[in-house]
Amino acid sequence: MTARQHDASVYEEIQASDQFRELKRRFRAWAFPMTAAFLAWYLLYVVLSGWARDFMGAKVFGNINVALIFGLLQFVSTFGIAWAYSRFAEKKLDPLADAIRHGVEGKTE
Amino acid sequence: MSHQTLSTILFLLFVAGTLGITFWASRNTKDATDYYAGGRSFSGVQNGLAIGGDYMSAASFLGIAGIIALSGYDGFLYSIGFLVAWLVALLLVAELMRNSGKFTMADVLAFRMSPRPVRTAAGVSTITVSIFYLLAQMVGAGALVGLLLGVTSPTGKALTIVGVGVLMIVYVVVGGMKGTTWVQIVKAVLLMGGATLVTLLVLGHYGFNLSGLLGEAATQSGKGAAFLEPGLKYGTEAQGLAGKIDLISLGLALVLGTAGLPHILIRFYTVPTAKEARKSVMWGIGIIGTFYLLTLVLGFGAAALVGGEAILAQDKAGNTAAPMLAEAIGQAIFGEVGGTILLAVIAAVAFATILAVVAGLTLASSSSFAHDLYAHVFKRGNVTDKEEVLVARISAFVIGAVSIGLGILAQGQNVAFLVALAFAVAASGNLPAILYSLFWKRFNTAGAVSAIYGGLVSALILVVFSPVVSGSATALFPDANFAWFPLSNPGIVSIPIGFLAGFVGARLSKEYNADKYAEIEVRSLTGIGAEKASSH
Repeated sequence: MTARQHDASVYEEIQASDQFRELKRRFRAWAFPMTAAFLAWYLLYVVLSGWARDFMGAKVFGNINVALIFGLLQFVSTFGIAWAYSRFAEKKLDPLADAIRHGVEGKTE
Repeated sequence: MSHQTLSTILFLLFVAGTLGITFWASRNTKDATDYYAGGRSFSGVQNGLAIGGDYMSAASFLGIAGIIALSGYDGFLYSIGFLVAWLVALLLVAELMRNSGKFTMADVLAFRMSPRPVRTAAGVSTITVSIFYLLAQMVGAGALVGLLLGVTSPTGKALTIVGVGVLMIVYVVVGGMKGTTWVQIVKAVLLMGGATLVTLLVLGHYGFNLSGLLGEAATQSGKGAAFLEPGLKYGTEAQGLAGKIDLISLGLALVLGTAGLPHILIRFYTVPTAKEARKSVMWGIGIIGTFYLLTLVLGFGAAALVGGEAILAQDKAGNTAAPMLAEAIGQAIFGEVGGTILLAVIAAVAFATILAVVAGLTLASSSSFAHDLYAHVFKRGNVTDKEEVLVARISAFVIGAVSIGLGILAQGQNVAFLVALAFAVAASGNLPAILYSLFWKRFNTAGAVSAIYGGLVSALILVVFSPVVSGSATALFPDANFAWFPLSNPGIVSIPIGFLAGFVGARLSKEYNADKYAEIEVRSLTGIGAEKASSH
């Protein structure tokens, strides 16, 4: 058996472990729906900019209209999602990833 | 002293400073990891600034401020697409790429697949995207110097392009990723500083009343409330349905293109760990987002204080709106001298911006040529570190020389569409290949090659037959008409083609390697076996 095949089987072992499957599940369960959500939210904004111009042009106060507030909300949601992801990753992903990595590197080094 | 002289002095100071840094960085550039990835020794904050430096091109600084100044709200649509795009990079790409790749985008793709065809495709796409983007910046540099430094003769403009090209070659060839990253950091700080200063002065002028500033901009524009609403530039009522679909198409390319831009992707390799990669994107988002909020004020400020007619008289695309605003607000607050100084500062910052972005693009394309095409395709991996870095340096020189030549030839042409095209190709070819590689078990060589070529070729063909190349007054060839595709932006068609081609290509091929999928999945999520930072 060559070293190459041996390495690969180590990765397959990790891939099948409960710890790794939990890490993968947590990551995907957070990142995939959130990606769908912010893309939908962004497309809603672009579509409204194209087809709902009366709504976008409605003044909220002074010269500030819905379009401007909607645009600024895109900034707020982007900053918010980035912050939320970083918190989530630090709390739920990093400890698990570190544990898996230390387990493996402890074995091989 | 005229503002031209002062601008030139400030710009020369920037050049002297960054060249100093570049030569200093070259002393620590010993192996391939140093040259391609800056030894992976930058901190998250440093790389975050450099991401801002690489991303905030003259097109976004001068271009977006100009669009807002001339067409009002629609410029803001552009900034929002550019910003939201970073969430794709943060959530799906940055950390996983840092964990599983080495120097280029192709490293991640070649991981599970037959390396030669995949690296060839990724190399071709990287070089195409980078050259488009590079060309747009080079031509922009020639036009800008004419406007800002009063250089109007074609020879003068050509010399400017040569100057910019030579400097960018020196940064990349001598400093590698380390030198280039520092150039980006210095540029990002200067750009943020300059934009913040002018924004605060403009807001102060209006008593920090944003509504008052917007009202004045709307009145001065002569378009009234419509100036503050979407629809004056993109998807105007006159363009009908095609115009509105074009707006969606542009939006898609902007939001999905960023995470497939090669010069952005290689930034993730310059930090020691995936956590630092995450941190650098967080910083990048903060800086880029703040910057686009500033350009909103700059654009509306220019509409209010300079006025559309005066801006149009200088440049049809409005690229000089931000520098003209700096002069106007400086004069209004500090008198004649203040106006001259502020104009000179912002003009110098604009040049620094162009220079830094072209350096980043040259680095990305030459790295891909040397690492993907030369080392792995031509030499099948049988090269020494030293030889590979030498080839990378030579190709940076060649790519630089080619873009100088093309930049001079394209002088005066309307090549602004090349930036949007670069985003469309990145979104249609590179992004599907990257996402499938990282997340789809069944993906394989045929899939990756189909996704990249399918996305690249469909985007290119659609643009060639679109109104930006022929059949309209603003086209590249206004006198010819072979346009049958109604949209200026190919994204809405070419992005689905790229994803579909990747899917079908992978399904049609039986190749599947369970071991390799396990390896990339485990490595990308846990960081096991990730490339380490240099020890020196």
